[in-house]
Amino acid sequence: MSILHIVNKSPYEKNSVAMAAGYAKEGDTVLLIEDAVYAAVKAGSASAKLSGLDVSVLGSDLAARGVAEDKLADGVNVVDYAGFVDLVEAKDSVQSWL
Amino acid sequence: MAEDIKKLMYVNRRAPYGTIYAWESLEVVLIGAAFDQDVSLAFMDDGVYQLMKGQNTEAAGMKNFSPTYSALGDYEVTKIYVEKESLEERGLTLDDLQHLVWEDEDDDWAERDSIHLVSRAELADVMAEHDMMFNF
Repeated sequence: MSILHIVNKSPYEKNSVAMAAGYAKEGDTVLLIEDAVYAAVKAGSASAKLSGLDVSVLGSDLAARGVAEDKLADGVNVVDYAGFVDLVEAKDSVQSWL
Repeated sequence: MAEDIKKLMYVNRRAPYGTIYAWESLEVVLIGAAFDQDVSLAFMDDGVYQLMKGQNTEAAGMKNFSPTYSALGDYEVTKIYVEKESLEERGLTLDDLQHLVWEDEDDDWAERDSIHLVSRAELADVMAEHDMMFNF
């Protein structure tokens, strides 16, 4: 059973990113949206929490916040809304870490 | 009136779009700027993200209010403190932020930087000089 873990809170304000990372298993994907996109910035201390995981970020939320894609940690996938839907469809279930 | 002027600090600790705090703070600052008050802005924690340059909200379908920060100088809001520790934890430098300036009418309208990069200890000292803090 694969799970899409969705996080929308800043890793510097809440522990949702750390919780999602802790629960993500092989075959799962962590999708960062809204304020959680800050977790994908390579130079930020929070990006270490996501190492070794399959991570995607919503591109429109990155752009809104002025985060350039070349600042992201290695291996992070940038998706658009259609890619978001594809991820939901590809996994067996969705867990939103509100 | 001079003796009634209070030193006010707006303390911004939230990221710009996940909640309404950042936008509300900006609105209150601009409204407050119409009155004769000595105003400072402090950005710490996720608040430093508010000043990121290159924000483009078109695809996300939200209003981009970040250009408004560059108008603060015209409202005589010229003291903007950014906490160094908060920037560093997030992997950011001053280069990632907007370049905010004001024009000094006492010096032939020379352009001066509004943003002061300060340490947590320095910002604590600045905060202590204020009469009142507004928190967002």
